[in-house]
Amino acid sequence: MERQNEMLEQVIIKFAGDSGDGMQLTGTQFTNTAALFGNDLSTFPDFPAEIRAPIGTLAGVSGYQLHFGSVEIFTPGDYCDVLVVMNAAALKANLVNLRKGGTIIANTDGFDPKNLRLAGIPEGKNALEDGSLSNYRLIKIDVTKMTRAALTDSGLGVKEIDRAKNMFVLGFLYWMYNRSMDHTEKFLKEKFGKKEDILAANLNVLKAGYNFGDISEEFTTRYSIGPAKLPAGTYRNIMGNQAAAMGLVAASQKSGLQLFYGTYPITPASDILHELSKHKNFGVKTYQAEDEIAAICSAIGASFGGSLGVTASSGPGIALKAEAMGLAIMLELPLVIINVQRGGPSTGLPTKTEQSDLMQAFYGRNGEAPMPILAAATPSDCFHMVYEACRIAIAAMTPVMILTDGYIANGAEPWQYPKSADLAPIKVEFAKDFNAEGKFLPYKRDEKLSRPWAIPGTKGLEHRIGGIEKQHETGNISYEPENHEFMVHMREAKVEKIADYIPEIVPEVGPAKGKLLILGWGSTFGSIKSAVLKARSNGYDVSHAQLRYIKPFPKNLGELLYAFDQVLIPEMNNGQLIRIIRDKYLIPAKGLNKIQGLPFAAEEIYNKIEELLK
Amino acid sequence: METNTAPVEKFSSKDLVTDQDVRWCPGCGDYSILKQAQTVIPDLGIPKENIVFISGIGCSSRFPYYMETYGMHSIHGRAAAFVSGLKATRPELSVWMISGDGDSLSIGGNHTIHILRRNFDVNILLFNNEIYGLTKGQYSPTSETGKVTKSTPMGSIDHPFNPLALCLGAGGTFIARSMDRDPKHLQNILRRAHAHKGTSLVEIYQNCNVFNDLAFEVFTDKSTKKNETLFMEHGQPLIFGENSDKGIKLDGFTPIIVDLTNGHSANDCWIHDEKDRVKSGILTRFFDNPKTPGHLPRPFGVFFVEDRPCYEDGLQKQVDDMTAKRGAGDLDALLRGKETWTVN
Repeated sequence: MERQNEMLEQVIIKFAGDSGDGMQLTGTQFTNTAALFGNDLSTFPDFPAEIRAPIGTLAGVSGYQLHFGSVEIFTPGDYCDVLVVMNAAALKANLVNLRKGGTIIANTDGFDPKNLRLAGIPEGKNALEDGSLSNYRLIKIDVTKMTRAALTDSGLGVKEIDRAKNMFVLGFLYWMYNRSMDHTEKFLKEKFGKKEDILAANLNVLKAGYNFGDISEEFTTRYSIGPAKLPAGTYRNIMGNQAAAMGLVAASQKSGLQLFYGTYPITPASDILHELSKHKNFGVKTYQAEDEIAAICSAIGASFGGSLGVTASSGPGIALKAEAMGLAIMLELPLVIINVQRGGPSTGLPTKTEQSDLMQAFYGRNGEAPMPILAAATPSDCFHMVYEACRIAIAAMTPVMILTDGYIANGAEPWQYPKSADLAPIKVEFAKDFNAEGKFLPYKRDEKLSRPWAIPGTKGLEHRIGGIEKQHETGNISYEPENHEFMVHMREAKVEKIADYIPEIVPEVGPAKGKLLILGWGSTFGSIKSAVLKARSNGYDVSHAQLRYIKPFPKNLGELLYAFDQVLIPEMNNGQLIRIIRDKYLIPAKGLNKIQGLPFAAEEIYNKIEELLK
Repeated sequence: METNTAPVEKFSSKDLVTDQDVRWCPGCGDYSILKQAQTVIPDLGIPKENIVFISGIGCSSRFPYYMETYGMHSIHGRAAAFVSGLKATRPELSVWMISGDGDSLSIGGNHTIHILRRNFDVNILLFNNEIYGLTKGQYSPTSETGKVTKSTPMGSIDHPFNPLALCLGAGGTFIARSMDRDPKHLQNILRRAHAHKGTSLVEIYQNCNVFNDLAFEVFTDKSTKKNETLFMEHGQPLIFGENSDKGIKLDGFTPIIVDLTNGHSANDCWIHDEKDRVKSGILTRFFDNPKTPGHLPRPFGVFFVEDRPCYEDGLQKQVDDMTAKRGAGDLDALLRGKETWTVN
C-alpha cells in the first residue's frame, strides 16, 4: 500500500493507562529508542502515589509524557500531539492536555461499560462513540483482542497475555514514527531472558502492533522526525536521580574518599539508593537506616571517620533531619544532603513535583545555622550540581544541601556525558600533624575559614567535637558570650566565602541587561528557556538566568539584577526565592507562582512575559 | 583508610585524661565509670588513636570530653546512628558508645534496637540512673511506676522498661549488667565487652546522687548487696546470699530460690550458660521490685553471648564480592552507560 511520509520537527506523545498497564515502561522504551536515534527529548512521568489504585479509576491513571524532536527540546511540552489511552479513565484525566486536532489512540476494550462506570462516566456517554471527540483524530484499536489473538498459541494464561498489551501499543507507535524495534527487543531479551515463553510473547505482541500499522489500510501516513542538531559529541540518555547517584560516585572517585550513603526510602528520592547500590565495586557503601534521622546521623558518623557522608530524602524526611544538620554545621564536617522535593506540606503530594522546600533549606534549623544550598536545573544537571555539592562540602568542611525535585528526578534527557579526566579536581587533605605550638587545634581555620579534617586513626591528633558551642580554635566547650557571637559570625562568613570559589551567574538566553530578566532556579529551567527563546524571536527584550548556587549567591547576582528594569521569578511554590531576593537585593521582583504539583508550561511563562512587556 | 601496623605504643590511664575539667556533680556515679574505663582501656592493646567515644545527650554523654581519644558528643538519642556510620566505614576502629536511660531508651529507643539487630562490633555503655539528670529530675523510661518527680507530682503512670529484656529481644549478641559501685566487676565486664565481636550492651547501674539518690542502694550497700544480687559466672551455679547460702533452680520454666543450708546443694542449682538464649531470657526477667516479698535477686554479669556476623563485615564483603566479580569501578564506563549515540 502507498503511504505518505510526513516530516515533523517535534512531537509530544503522552502514554496514559492504568497503573498496572505498564505505561512507564512503554514511555521509557520509546524514549530510549528516540534518544538512540539522536532526537533531543524531555520526559515527564506522572504517576499516582498508590502502587495499585483500584483498576480502571481516575485515581489509578499513570502517565508518561515524551517530547522529542529534531530541534532542541527543553521541556516535556505543554500540550500533547498524541494521546495514547488504555482505558476511559485515562482519556478523562488527560484529554484536557491534548491540543485541538491532536490524535487519540484508544484501546476500545478499556471503554466497555465496566470501565466507563469505574471512570465515573454516565451511561451512554462513551466518548469513543458519541461524536464528542470530533475535534480530534481518533484511532480506535481493540488492543486487548489483538494481543490475545497474537498469543492464542502461546500457552500463557489470559492474565499474562493481557500484561503484554502495552507492547502492542509500543509496536504500533514504532511503526507510526518509523522507529526501529531493536532497542526494545534487546531490552526484552535482557529482562525476560530466562522466561522464554514470556519473552516470546512480548516480542510477538510488539511485532503484532508494528504489523498492524503496516497492514491496516486505515493509516495512510507515517511520520519521521530527524535527529536533533545537538552540539557534536557522544550522548546518552539520563534521568535525574540516576545522574545524582553518578555525581556522588564521581565525587568519591575524584576525591579518593569512600562514599557512604545513609538513607531511608522515600518517594521520589529512593531511586538514588537503588542506583548507588548497584555500584559497590566503586567502594560505595549504601546503608538503609532505620529512619530518616539515623540516615543522616550515620552519614555524619562516616564523615567523622573520613568518608564522604551523604544522605538524601524528600520534604518530610528532610524535616526530620534538621537537628542533625545543625550538628553537622557545628561539627564542621563535610556532608551532602540531597532533597528531591515533592509537593508539601506534610505528606502532601508524594509523587508530584514542587519547589517548596527552599525556605526549609535556608531557615529550617534552630539557631543561626547557615548551610550552602545548590539547585539542579535539569535531569543531567543533577550530576553536575551533586558533584559541586561534594566539592564545596569538602572544601568548606560543611553540610551542603542540593535541591532537585520529582520532575527532574524522574525526567530524562540526552546528556553529553563528561570524561572523568575533565571533572574538576576535588582535593582532600586530612590533618596529619600539629597545627600550633606543640598541639593540635581542631578549629583553627585556613584561608577558606575551614577547619582541619583530622580523622580517627591519626596519631597525636585525638580531639573531641560536639554540638555545644565551642571556643574559637581549640574547639573546647565555651559558654562565653563574645565567643558565641564570634563563632556565629565565623560560621556565616565561612559559608559566604564559598562565593569566592563558585562560578558567577551568566544569562542562559539574552544579554546581561535589558527590560526584563526572568530569574529561575531548579527545574523551571526548561519552561523558562523555551518561553524566553520564543519571546525573543517575537521581539521582546527579555533575558533568562538560572540560579544553581543559592547560598551563597554568585557574587555578581546583584549586579545582574540591577541591570534590568524588571525581574520576574517563576517558582513552583507560593513565592520563596523571591522573598530571599527581595530581602537581600531590595528590588521589587515580581513572582509567577504555580502550586499544582506540575511543572510550568512554557506558555504560562510566555504569557507573563507578554503581560509585563506589552 | 590507612591502618596502623606499627607495634601498639603503650599508654597509661593518665594519658586518657583530658585537659578539661570534669563537670559532673560531686558524688556522681559517672566518675567511677570514667575511672574504670580509663583503667581498663590501656591494657586492651588498641592504639590510642584508634579509639573513638561517641555519646548522645545527657549527663553521661559528657563522657567523651573527658577521654583523651577521638570523640563526638552528638545529639539526643542518636549516638547509635553515628556509631553505625563510623563503624560501617572504619571497621578497624574501636568504637565505644556512651548513653543513658533517657538517651537510649526514650528518645533514641529506635536506634538502640536497630544497632543491636545489625550487630556492629561496638561497645555500648548504657548508664542507667532511672532519672533525667541534665534536665533536673523528671522520671525516665526506667523509673518505677509511681515515681514522684518534678514532672510527676502524683507519681508516674508509666510502666518501666526492662532494658536488658528489651535488648535481648532486639537481637543483642552480648548482654551484660554491672554497677558504678563495684569497680572490679565493672572493669571485668568492660574487658569482656571489648573482647566480644559484635554489639556489646552493658547496662551500668549508676547512682544520681542529686535527683535519684540511693536508687540502687539495695544492690550496692554492703548490708543488703549479697542477698539482693546474683553475680553470674559462665558454667557456675547461680548462688547468692549472705553466706552463699541460696541458689536458683528451675522448676519447669519458673526460677525458684532454694536454701542451700537445708536439703539443697550447689549441684541442684541452675548452671549459668551464657549461650543459652532461653535461659538468658529468663535471667533478664529477674526484675522484681526488691520490696516485693519472695522476690528474685537482681543478676549482674554477662547474661548472654552469641557469635553472629557483624554488619560492617557483611557490608565490606559485598563491596569486595562485587569488585571481584566486575573489577574495580571504571568511572568513564559508568558515565558512558550501556547505550550511546554520536552527533557529528
